Amino acid sequence: MMQELLQYLFAGITNGAIYAVIALGFSTLYNATDLINFAQGEFVMLGALLLVTLWLQLGLPLPLAFVLVVLAVGLAGILFERLAIRTVRKPDPIVLVIITVGASIFLRGVGMVVWGRDPMAVPPFSELESIEIAGAYLLPQSLWIFGIVMILVVALTLFYKRTLTGKAMSACAINKRAASLLGIGTERMTLMAFALATGLGAVAGIMIAPITMATYDMGSMLGLKGFCAAMLGGLGSLWGALLGGFVLGIAEAMGVGFVSSGLKDAIAFLLLLLILYIRPTGILGVKSSHRF
Amino acid sequence: MVFTLFAAVIICTGAALEGDYYHEQLLTFIGIFTLLAVGLNMLMGYAGQISLGHAAFYGIGAYTTGALTVHLQWSPWASLPCALIMAGVIAYIVGKPTLKLSGYYLGMGTLGFGMIMHVLFREWTTITGGPNGLVGIPSLSLWGLDLSTGRNYLYVVWGCVLLTFFICDRLVNSRVGRALRAIHYSEQAASAVGVDTAKAKLQVFVFSAVVAALAGFLYAHMVMFISPGTFTFLASVKLVAMVVIGGMASIWGALLGATFLTLLPEHLSVFADYEMIIYGGILMGVMIFLPQGLTRGVLDIYEKFRAKRKGTVED
Repeated sequence: MMQELLQYLFAGITNGAIYAVIALGFSTLYNATDLINFAQGEFVMLGALLLVTLWLQLGLPLPLAFVLVVLAVGLAGILFERLAIRTVRKPDPIVLVIITVGASIFLRGVGMVVWGRDPMAVPPFSELESIEIAGAYLLPQSLWIFGIVMILVVALTLFYKRTLTGKAMSACAINKRAASLLGIGTERMTLMAFALATGLGAVAGIMIAPITMATYDMGSMLGLKGFCAAMLGGLGSLWGALLGGFVLGIAEAMGVGFVSSGLKDAIAFLLLLLILYIRPTGILGVKSSHRF
Repeated sequence: MVFTLFAAVIICTGAALEGDYYHEQLLTFIGIFTLLAVGLNMLMGYAGQISLGHAAFYGIGAYTTGALTVHLQWSPWASLPCALIMAGVIAYIVGKPTLKLSGYYLGMGTLGFGMIMHVLFREWTTITGGPNGLVGIPSLSLWGLDLSTGRNYLYVVWGCVLLTFFICDRLVNSRVGRALRAIHYSEQAASAVGVDTAKAKLQVFVFSAVVAALAGFLYAHMVMFISPGTFTFLASVKLVAMVVIGGMASIWGALLGATFLTLLPEHLSVFADYEMIIYGGILMGVMIFLPQGLTRGVLDIYEKFRAKRKGTVED
């Protein structure tokens, strides 16, 4: 019993870390632009598939491939902002939702045409044996994921708190007009937020590829779950994204283990509804939930 | 007047399509999607409340009638009111807490509800047939008249569309419709002048759910087979896209949007693998250049063009 519980906990933490990274992407973008990007999951997919190309097919060393993938996907994010978001004449929430959904269908189509329909297996980052802890097995990949997430959260926190650019970005989040009056290039900040958010999506894709395989349609569900995690922790809060990711991951793993595997996808959305009804700002919500 | 004309157009088109099975079926599908879009438009276009889970009500309508007719051998005519009431009651229960939210938060709440219903359709195998779907739903017939064949069913579906259009038109120009538009402009102002905003929103939510369930009923008895894949998040998004692309707050916009998005994949299938790229591209393009939707967008361009020409004449 204990052993099973521990095994589910490991699985939950691994998935939770991935959700957390995707949620970080949502929060970063929402902070700077008040926008929810329904194509975020597709940038995760692009990250995973580009890794397959650069690491496995072109044979680049993993760290180099990692950096190149993140840069490439970040660039795709910038292009997306320039071509599809900046050009909108009437930035209504409903219009922006449809545009990002259109972008997600578009990117999924690109993924299918470029990489084909078949799932591709990706080996784990290191060829180590599973570690046994009290009868439960922990994959080395999980340790990698956990480590990367921790580094990311600390780096992002430092970025927002210590660097001028980071502070400028938070200023945009608090009040765009005031920030622009203080001489902050808000448009440039928006662009950077897009690059950062999609880059984070790519990191999530790279990390999850060895666990689930990489396909063109892996992104949509991951994107929605990451979104649930972001809402759960509090949209716009970095630590909230982390907490939301882990809560969601662990709840899902326990649900699969002790209730039924078919209900796995429902758990995230039940939690989402619950948090919306009880506390729309999320567990660690910072912004008051301005309901426009 | 407009409605008589519309009915005449439907009857003539039906007569002209005699025997052309493919186009009859396509037109029937357009009718079903128009129903869904017009119901959702009441909620989105008039009351300004977004729903990203509307396929759930479509599914509830289809699965209620499917389960009653397949498992209990009910007559479809007996299951029709059940399907509508079921959707209405669920919409009431779900809408009560959800409609307190607004903007993105309401979108997310309805999205969550839609996903949960989808999992339920897929996993409640004893009732819904699970991922393989529910087979053997009977076709409709009335007093010995077989309604399953192409043209008859086309008339049934478009008859329902016409009826719904009529009801919506009446609703929009009534006290309720004015209250909804007031909520759209400003919920606070509406409640300040005495509109019970919570009640009005809930009413229109239930109404649009019942219309969606009617569409689900018609769909189930047309295809005679339903599976969870029809009622996904993507289907909900497609419905929203129909409303937005057609033009919000316009009954005819819903018709245009439904027609456009139903015909689009038919014509895109020649592009095979590129279908998704083009579909996504068109969706983005319309929203970027005509955020008011096709109806208003085309009219705006026309008016601008006319104003320009007038200007040159006067010079």
